[in-house]
Amino acid sequence: MGVKINVTVNGKAYSHDVEPRTLLVHYLRDTLLLTGTHVGCDTSSCGACTIHVDGIAAKSCTMLAVQADDCEITTIEGMAKGSDMHPLQEGFKECHGLQCGFCTPGMIMSSADLLSKNPNPTEDEIRHALEGNFCRCTGYHNIVRAVQYAAEKMAVEV
Amino acid sequence: MSNRYIGKSIKRVEDKRFITGKGKYTDDMVLPQQTYAHIVRSPYAHALVKKIDISAALAIEGVVAVFTGDDIRNAGINGVPCGWQVNFKDGTTMKEPSHPLLVGTGDTIKHLGDAVAVVIAEDRNIAADAADAVEVDYEVKNAISNPFEAVQAGATPVHPEVAPNNIAFDWTLGNPRDEVDAAIAASHHVTTLDFINQRVIPNAIEPRVAIGHYDTTSEKYTLYTSTQNPHLIRLMMSAFVLGIPEHKVRVVGPDVGGGFGSKIFHYTEEALVVWASKQIERPVKWTSERSEAFMTDAHGRDHVTKAEMGFDKDGNVMALRVKTYANLGAYLSLFAPAVPTYLHGTLLQGLYTTPKINIDLVGVFTHTNAVDAYRGAGRPEATYLLERLMDLGALEMGMDPADLRFRNFIPPFDGVTQPGYQTQVALQYDSGNYEGVLKRGLEMLDYKGFREDQKEALKNGKLLGVGFSTYVEACGIAPSAVVGSLGARAGLYESAQVRVQPTGKVSVYTGSHSHGQGHETTFVQIVADKFGIPMEDVELIHGDSDTVAFGMGTYGSRSLAVGGSAIMKSIDKILEKGAKIAAHKLEANIDDLEFNEGKWTVKGTDKSISFGDVSLTAYVPHVYPEGLEPGLDFSSFYDPANFTYPFGCHIAVVEIDPETGKVKLKRFLAVDDVGNVINPMIVDGQIHGGLAQGIGQALFEGAIYDDNGQLINGSYMDYCMPRADDLPMFEIDRTVTPCPHNPLGVKGAGEAGCIGSTPAVVNAVIDALWSGGHQVKDILMPLTPERVWRAMQ
Ligand code: FES
Ligand code: FES
Repeated sequence: MGVKINVTVNGKAYSHDVEPRTLLVHYLRDTLLLTGTHVGCDTSSCGACTIHVDGIAAKSCTMLAVQADDCEITTIEGMAKGSDMHPLQEGFKECHGLQCGFCTPGMIMSSADLLSKNPNPTEDEIRHALEGNFCRCTGYHNIVRAVQYAAEKMAVEV
Repeated sequence: MSNRYIGKSIKRVEDKRFITGKGKYTDDMVLPQQTYAHIVRSPYAHALVKKIDISAALAIEGVVAVFTGDDIRNAGINGVPCGWQVNFKDGTTMKEPSHPLLVGTGDTIKHLGDAVAVVIAEDRNIAADAADAVEVDYEVKNAISNPFEAVQAGATPVHPEVAPNNIAFDWTLGNPRDEVDAAIAASHHVTTLDFINQRVIPNAIEPRVAIGHYDTTSEKYTLYTSTQNPHLIRLMMSAFVLGIPEHKVRVVGPDVGGGFGSKIFHYTEEALVVWASKQIERPVKWTSERSEAFMTDAHGRDHVTKAEMGFDKDGNVMALRVKTYANLGAYLSLFAPAVPTYLHGTLLQGLYTTPKINIDLVGVFTHTNAVDAYRGAGRPEATYLLERLMDLGALEMGMDPADLRFRNFIPPFDGVTQPGYQTQVALQYDSGNYEGVLKRGLEMLDYKGFREDQKEALKNGKLLGVGFSTYVEACGIAPSAVVGSLGARAGLYESAQVRVQPTGKVSVYTGSHSHGQGHETTFVQIVADKFGIPMEDVELIHGDSDTVAFGMGTYGSRSLAVGGSAIMKSIDKILEKGAKIAAHKLEANIDDLEFNEGKWTVKGTDKSISFGDVSLTAYVPHVYPEGLEPGLDFSSFYDPANFTYPFGCHIAVVEIDPETGKVKLKRFLAVDDVGNVINPMIVDGQIHGGLAQGIGQALFEGAIYDDNGQLINGSYMDYCMPRADDLPMFEIDRTVTPCPHNPLGVKGAGEAGCIGSTPAVVNAVIDALWSGGHQVKDILMPLTPERVWRAMQ
């Protein structure tokens, strides 16, 4: 009764039979053991499960695994290049943009999506872009700073 | 001693795993042979369970077992215990209904989400399907959710046998009521507020998760759980609920995605998965869905209060009289009785010299989820009450709210050369400089400039307002003997072990638990500095009852003040023993040695021995003081002398859109004094997070139970929590008044932001309304556009 899917996750090709009702987030967590992508709600509201599907941020609790067939997926585990952290990962650490860390993968993935479209966002634009991601620990202050840090760093690198 | 780390904003050691997706939260674990549990919960708040039919569920392929309340009852399993006893004023024992793991046939559902059965299956989808197939026959009854209504004659009782009038306890504190009545009657002006401090839901972003694992060969039980205090859970679950030997139980709280109080308590599901694992001899994992979290994670606040503050003609506060109905929910959660009493009534002195204070309080059962400690726990309610009265009193008397506070502040005292301040409500404050924080806040605000802007804005049809809140709170609840006399059924000390390895590397075991607070950095900063070694040479271990000898866990902003102090005690013991070894090796008199920069030196010479060499000698004791035991490893327990008392000043600036009633938080300023600071970056982060939660209560959040006990807004779609675009950048600063009675001089920073901020926001809205001629005393929180708009009509 499984359906076969082929996906590329963090640059690696996978092929699995999945139950049609399996959520993408559960496929990533349970089958691929990529547990960096979290589940925080059952209403597509918290953003803890945010990943990139074909380069665009998506809530992986809102997609079925079968919908990801033939897609390229990036999760938090695919953001660093070896031991080189992505500027956002660095920014979150440098600016204390995380406390418990549970929202962090989703925050980083949403922020990466923002920076790919708008490399130099204003504070308002950052806050607006992250309104789909809850953080209960930081009050968002240092998350905004972390994204600003990354934007500056990426501007220099380019 | 060299301070290379203490006082510096060292970037967090723990971050690496979290930013790379390598954090290990409970739900990330998969044990061999693991099964999945789904709990069957009542859709009603009050109902008789007439029949539970599990046959259809059992018939589903992949279902391993189904257990109901009947099985739990037959197994003789107790309910989860309450950890604090508050007796009635007349000495009658607190009414304490049992809180069963599952409700059985013939028993009564007491709140929405009360559990009747657990279904265990090979995967989570099968478990969910089978849970749907469990048929429960309910006889639905009237429910009651408002605590004031619950104590009126004829109200439906939640526990007819135990507390027919729905009262768990009544309680009073302070000066005799008649003295306070007289002082209120003699006051020149009395400011009165009838208000509700609404129920809020903690909503850590990681839902609760528990995995029970019974090992058939060792006969040992392991519980992995998203908890703030693994040892406490072990003690309660083994001794009070399941009746299994404590040494056969291991409780692990791995990475935990936020707690805010809601993960302190021993929950039914924890004991349930452990017990079920024994029955089926396989691991059982339960992961809460968000909707379950809304229904069953302990909630916070929920007071119905009348408060009156009497002033003389100059604005001196003469008396405070309070009557509160505190909603405890359907069952007594772990600390529930302590929150409205010893964490709330005891804080009603605030920062002021009020000579007469009395609180009369009733703890009430309703058909709602349990209410317990949520960030601040009682202290936000006390601060809300006091600070609303101060700003409203100023408006009513035509005085300036800042001046009114300066007039009434307790003068500065350091607790060393000047004594602590004895309040009218039992506590003795350790040290404080209350004027200092308000002065600094006013400077940052540019108060004069603001009042001009406010007038200018009004001319342009805009409503600007400023709200103040100056608070004191009490952290690190202790000492144990005192809290024991107040009804606590536990001690509130902390334990630590510092183990120096032969190579001079150090493992530190703490009973505190980090779920975002950054202990792996802060505690390591302290140890590395005290030993004069690099931070890389120190590791902090926490959260596992098998590796950490004992612990009371993390809540009430206690980790550094209590847990850090326990570590300090072990550090002292190590340095003392190390000095003996050093003196022997250096052939010097111990009194001639000094320890600095990681080595013992004979004063005035260049003869020295390093920390690492002493460590090695302790484990290779060839040249060694006679009679001294080998090894360099010390455990300590620290039981504080007193609570610690952080304080601060929070100021909100808001603008109200007169057309829609929408409140925009334009600025938020906070000056907090949490004593000495080990890592300013982490302390600032704690303040930020607390502010967001306190502001959330003022403007966005509030659980709504209807008359049938249904939770109307039990999801993220319906329960409004602050998002990134709802908040401004915070403007924060601090003053430093050290705690005089613990070795680090620290007070605690975890809850401060949440304690001071709520009334500042509400006061700012009221100020804005008064500036526009709307003399409104109170608006029910959260201050939604609709409520604010109505208040203006
Ligand atoms: S888990 Fe909350 S949005 Fe996906
Ligand atoms: S860091 Fe804990 S939820 Fe964001």
